Amino acid sequence: MPGAGDIFITAHAARVLMDRGELSSTDLTKHCLSRISALEDRLHSFLTVLESSALQDAAASDARRRSGTALGPLDGIPIAIKDNISTAGVRTTAGSKILDSYVPPFDAHVVERLRASGAVIVGKANLDEFAMGSSNENSAFGPVRNPWDVNRVPGGSSGGPAAAVSAGEAVVSLGSDTGGSIRQPAALCGIVGMKPTYGLVSRYGLIAFASSLDQIGPFARDVTDCAILLEAISGHDPRDSTSLQRPRETFVGSLRGGIKGVRVGVPREYLVDGIEPGVRRAFESALQTLTSLGAAVEECSLPLTDQALAVYYILAPSEASANLARFDGFKYGHSSPGARTAWDTMDLSRAEGFGSEVKRRILLGGYALSAGYYDAYYKKAQQVRTLIRREFADAFERFDALVTPTSPTVAFKLGSRTQDPLSMYLSDVCTIPVNIAGLPGISLPGGMSDGLPVGLQVIGPQFGDARILRIAYSYEQATEWHLKRPEIN
Amino acid sequence: MLTSDDVRRVARLTRIALSDTELTVLQDQLSKVLGHFQSLQMIDTEGTEPTGHASEGRTVMRDDLSAPSLARSDVLKNAPESDEPMVRVRPVLGS
Repeated sequence: MPGAGDIFITAHAARVLMDRGELSSTDLTKHCLSRISALEDRLHSFLTVLESSALQDAAASDARRRSGTALGPLDGIPIAIKDNISTAGVRTTAGSKILDSYVPPFDAHVVERLRASGAVIVGKANLDEFAMGSSNENSAFGPVRNPWDVNRVPGGSSGGPAAAVSAGEAVVSLGSDTGGSIRQPAALCGIVGMKPTYGLVSRYGLIAFASSLDQIGPFARDVTDCAILLEAISGHDPRDSTSLQRPRETFVGSLRGGIKGVRVGVPREYLVDGIEPGVRRAFESALQTLTSLGAAVEECSLPLTDQALAVYYILAPSEASANLARFDGFKYGHSSPGARTAWDTMDLSRAEGFGSEVKRRILLGGYALSAGYYDAYYKKAQQVRTLIRREFADAFERFDALVTPTSPTVAFKLGSRTQDPLSMYLSDVCTIPVNIAGLPGISLPGGMSDGLPVGLQVIGPQFGDARILRIAYSYEQATEWHLKRPEIN
Repeated sequence: MLTSDDVRRVARLTRIALSDTELTVLQDQLSKVLGHFQSLQMIDTEGTEPTGHASEGRTVMRDDLSAPSLARSDVLKNAPESDEPMVRVRPVLGS
């Protein structure tokens, strides 16, 4: 157990102890590895655990610190990486049988950054296959379970990275968010998760799902750690043509200062019919807290909100059907042993390698893009996307940020939504519009309902990442929800 | 409402072999999902430009310079069948 006796220590607290010589990276890494071995048969947060390389990296970090050459706030901090983010020489499956034995020959940009910052990668975290799902029940390697109640889902698609941080198997982690895949599991697991402005973090080495929506982002136990991790992974990368060319920001430096006079909009369309009473109560109480901190909270309307789901489930599958065309059974990944011709290789390798949700989305996208349907589905969805972006832009003329619940419900029971794809898709109604408009969004602990965590979402304008972090930090400092921990041992 | 021929056609386009059972289930599920999305047709988008990307949408140019790429032997390690320096595939023609 770490020096401070806290099994859920944050990266910034660990750094203070490590600088004082009261905690080593090796101790902290061993602690995470022992949590992993104690909990994995119940949680299944990881697909690959990197015990020996993690201990080597931790020892190297300790040596740097002893010699006064520590690399920064993440040096020696154990981190989990979602398994759709490429790691050189380490199996990367995207949660799919089709990539069961794939070993990338290169690191993703974010992994290069983490290695350069001295972070200790403890393992590759479980996810819905190709990040398609809202419950982590679509992983080809079996579901992840929620540390707060193992009969419930952790959310998805980044269920593994969220559960790992929530349960103390890693201090921080990286996920990817295409329609809510960081924020929704962060909410359901009671931690902080952020989807940055589109283009802030390079997608180089992220196995693509829907390229115009995908964004890598951090999971952490508090907002400070979230800002530290975002600072480490953001910045321009010429290998991703959508990577923004902007000066790097200091997110940690702008957390303080409060939110007096900040104009906060509450779009009434996000308080949907299906919202649970406990989530609504927690949200209303969070609004009072923001008001008491000096924010000017006011209701507003974004009438196109309920079209966002349709736009998303046309655009994301369309992009996925093109991105996943690369899995052909020739160059890497599963190849059907029964195939006799090249065409068979494609048809059968994909039939055997993809799970049912992935097939469903590829077909949906293929249909929306096919001759005769393109204008009615794909082009129409792209046009409504323009209108949704404008609606947000208009709202940000009046407001500095918008706040909503992250998810209309707390963590739901395993198996309760798997038979009806549409009910599963509705899990993401509060998070999807943010991806469609390319905006930054953060989910942080914002209450409890029936002993399960509730997430509060703060949405900012494009490049408003530092601003939403500050609002989240101010809320966090005024509440104690981020200190609640699951009792799993 | 999608017909089974619609689903078969898209499965062929996206190169996924489907069993008859899968075909029936997908026909039903995709019809329901697409039916739900009909609401989009009610939105007036006359004269609205489509958005393909959330960022500024400028094409990024770079100098056409040669640079090292991944080592061939590293890349071939992942190929299901290879015959250095090539990936081996099943017959494309005459089958």
